Amino acid sequence: MVKVNRQGEVWIFAEQQDGKLSDVPLELLSKGRSLADQLSVKLSAVLGGFNVKPLSDELIAHGADKVYLVEDPLLQDYQTTSYAKMLCQLIEKHQPQIVLYGATVLGRDLAPRVASALKAGLTADCTDLQIGDYTELKTKNTHKNLMLQIRPAFGGNIIATIVNYDWWPQMATVREGVMPLPERNGNLKGEIVTESIALSPQDFPLEILQRHRREKKVNLKGARIIVAGGAGVGSRENFRRIWDLANCLGAAVGGSRAAVDLGFIGHDHQVGQTGTTVRPALYIAVGISGAVQHAAGMAEAAKIVAINNNPDAPIFQIAHYGIVGDLNDVVPRLIKAIRSKQ
Amino acid sequence: MAFDCVVLVKQVPDTKAVTDQAMNEDGTVNRGALPAIFNPEDLNALELALQIKEKYGGTATVVTMGPPKAAEVLREALYRGADRVILLTDRRCAASDTLATSYILSCAVRKLDQYDIVLCGRQAIDGDTAQVGPQLAEKLNLPQVTYVEELLDLQPNAITVKRNTGAGWEKIRAPLPALLTVMDTANQPRPPGAKRMMKFKNARSRSEWAKNGVIETKKLASLQERGLLIEQWNLDDIQADLERCGQTGSPTQVHRIQNVILTTGAYKKVEPTKEGIRQMVRELIEDHTIG
Ligand SMILES: Cc1cc2nc3c(=O)[nH]c(=O)nc-3n(C[C@H](O)[C@H](O)[C@H](O)COP(=O)(O)OP(=O)(O)OC[C@H]3O[C@@H](n4cnc5c(N)ncnc54)[C@H](O)[C@@H]3O)c2cc1C
Repeated sequence: MVKVNRQGEVWIFAEQQDGKLSDVPLELLSKGRSLADQLSVKLSAVLGGFNVKPLSDELIAHGADKVYLVEDPLLQDYQTTSYAKMLCQLIEKHQPQIVLYGATVLGRDLAPRVASALKAGLTADCTDLQIGDYTELKTKNTHKNLMLQIRPAFGGNIIATIVNYDWWPQMATVREGVMPLPERNGNLKGEIVTESIALSPQDFPLEILQRHRREKKVNLKGARIIVAGGAGVGSRENFRRIWDLANCLGAAVGGSRAAVDLGFIGHDHQVGQTGTTVRPALYIAVGISGAVQHAAGMAEAAKIVAINNNPDAPIFQIAHYGIVGDLNDVVPRLIKAIRSKQ
Repeated sequence: MAFDCVVLVKQVPDTKAVTDQAMNEDGTVNRGALPAIFNPEDLNALELALQIKEKYGGTATVVTMGPPKAAEVLREALYRGADRVILLTDRRCAASDTLATSYILSCAVRKLDQYDIVLCGRQAIDGDTAQVGPQLAEKLNLPQVTYVEELLDLQPNAITVKRNTGAGWEKIRAPLPALLTVMDTANQPRPPGAKRMMKFKNARSRSEWAKNGVIETKKLASLQERGLLIEQWNLDDIQADLERCGQTGSPTQVHRIQNVILTTGAYKKVEPTKEGIRQMVRELIEDHTIG
C-alpha cells in the first residue's frame, strides 16, 4: 500500500504491442490531462518495451508532461509478471496518486496483478472519471479531491461510483472508446525519464509459443457515421438493406448482439457493452430495441436516428430523431431521400 | 499423470433478470429478488477441470465464498462431477471488494495445499471486473494465464493453452502450478448428471443441516460418510487475517449507486413518409451531420 500523496502525479500505462501504440493510451491521456489539470499535478505515461523510445514523442504530442521510459530486451513481449514488477517498482518509487490502464485484455490482465501486489484499490471498466469529495459514512471524515470512479455494474443496470481514499494509488481500468482521442500537437513539450528495472528469470514464467494478430476488418471506432441493424431486420438477407443504407452514406455497419447472435452479421460489428463503444457524428439504429447494454456502446453519438415499429422501444428515449414505422418501408425511403440530395 | 484442480466459483444474481422489483429504494439492487445462478463462466472453468480429470486422472475440488445459500452452486458442482466441494462462509466476509476477496480465497486455496491447476471463470456477471483471478494468482505467487479458450497440452510440469488477446490469440506454456481464467468460448459445460443428482440432491452444509434440526455430531458424521455433508469453512478455519477481510480489507468503497434511467430526451418525431424522411435528411445535411 502506497501512502496518500496529494502531490503525486497522474499516470497512464502506455500499452504498446509490437512497438505500436493503440488508441487506448491516447484516450487515457485525454482523460488524464483533465484530471491532472484539476489537481494541478503533472500527467505522466509509463512506457515499457524494447526499441519503443519513438513512442515517447507520440505520448508527449498527445498531452503527456513526462514519459517514464523502461527499455529492456526482456520487456519486448508482454508478460504479466514482468510488467507488473515494472509498474510496482515505479509506483513505489514515484508515488503517483492516480494510475489509469485501458480496460483491454492486456490491461485487465495486468492491473489486478499490480493492485494485488501493492495492496491498492482498483476499479474495473470505468466509463467516466471525475475529481470530487467523499465523506465517510461512519466517521464523517471528508476526503477532498478524490478520483470518482464511475462504472456500470450488474449487467449495465446500475451505475456505481467507487472511491479509494486510503489505499493508494487510486487505480482504474478505463473502457476503450469512451474517452475522446486528443488531437496530436507536435509543439507540446515533455520530459523523457529513463528508468531501469532489475528483472530476473522468475519474472518470465511463461513461454509464448505462438502469437497471432487478427487484423480487425471493421473500423467502427473510427467511423463518422454508423448504420446499425438489430434483430428487427429479420434475416441475414434482409440485412442487405442496412449495407445499402450504409453505402450511400459512406458509413460503417454495426449490429446489436441479437443481430450478431442470429448470424445476420459478424461479431466485429457488434456495438455495446460486450462489443465496441462508438461515438460517431451520426448513429442510425434500425430494428434495435435499445437495451441498456446496447445503449452503453452508442449513447454518446452526437446524433441518433432510431427506426423502430414499436413506439415504446427504449431506443427512442436516447434518440434525437425517431421514426416509428416498418424498417422495410422506412429504409428504402431514407436511401432515396439521401440519394436525391447528393 | 494426474492433476489436482481447484475451481473457484461464485453464485451470482442473474443480472439478465433485473426488473424494477429487484431494486431497493436506496438504489441498491435487491439481490434477493433476483434468481441466483452459477456464474456462467465459472461453469466453463469447472467443465475444463472435469475434462482434465477424465483425460488424465486427478481430482476436481470446487470452492465458493458466499452466504450459506451459495451451497446451491456446490450441489450443482457435485451433480456435474466435482469430487469435493467447500463452502467458505462467514459474516465477516461481507462487503469484501476484489482485493479482500482474493485474499480470503488465497487462504482457502493454501489450506488445500495440494493443487496443480487453479481455475476461475474469466469474470462474474454481477461485477464484470475480471480482477479476482489475477489477484488470487498474485497472492498465491502463481503464474497466470487469463482469457483461456483452449487446453492444448498438459505435461507433469507444464500446461499449454490458447488464450484470446482481444486482437487475436496466443499459445502459451506455463509451468505448474498455475492459475487460469476461462472464457465462455472454451467449452460447452455439461448438464447435471441424473445419477449424481439422485446421489447428492440431499447434500447440505452444516448450516443447512442445522436449519433442518440436524446438529448431533453422530448424525453429521454419518451424513459425511455418505457424502451428504458439504464441507464448511469460516475465516478462522483458513487462518485469515481479519484486517484484510470484509470492509476493513477493502480499499474501494461504493460512494454512490444510480439506476440506469434512460432519460427521455425530447426526440423529434419523424413521420415514416417520403416527406417526413426528406425533411429529416435536409436537417441532417444542414447541420453538416451528413453530406
Ligand atoms: C452481459 C450482457 C452484455 C450484453 N452486451 C451487449 C452488447 O454489447 N451489444 C448489444 O447490442 N447487446 C448486448 N446485450 C444484449 C442486450 O441485452 C439485448 O438483448 C440486445 O441488444 C437486443 O438486440 P436487438 O435490439 O437487436 O433485439 P430486440 O431486443 O429483439 O429488438 C428488436 C427490435 O426490432 C424492432 N422491430 C422488429 N421488427 C421491426 C420492423 N419490421 N421494423 C422496425 N422495427 C422492427 C422491435 O420493435 C424491437 O424493438 C448484452 C446482454 C447482456 C446480459
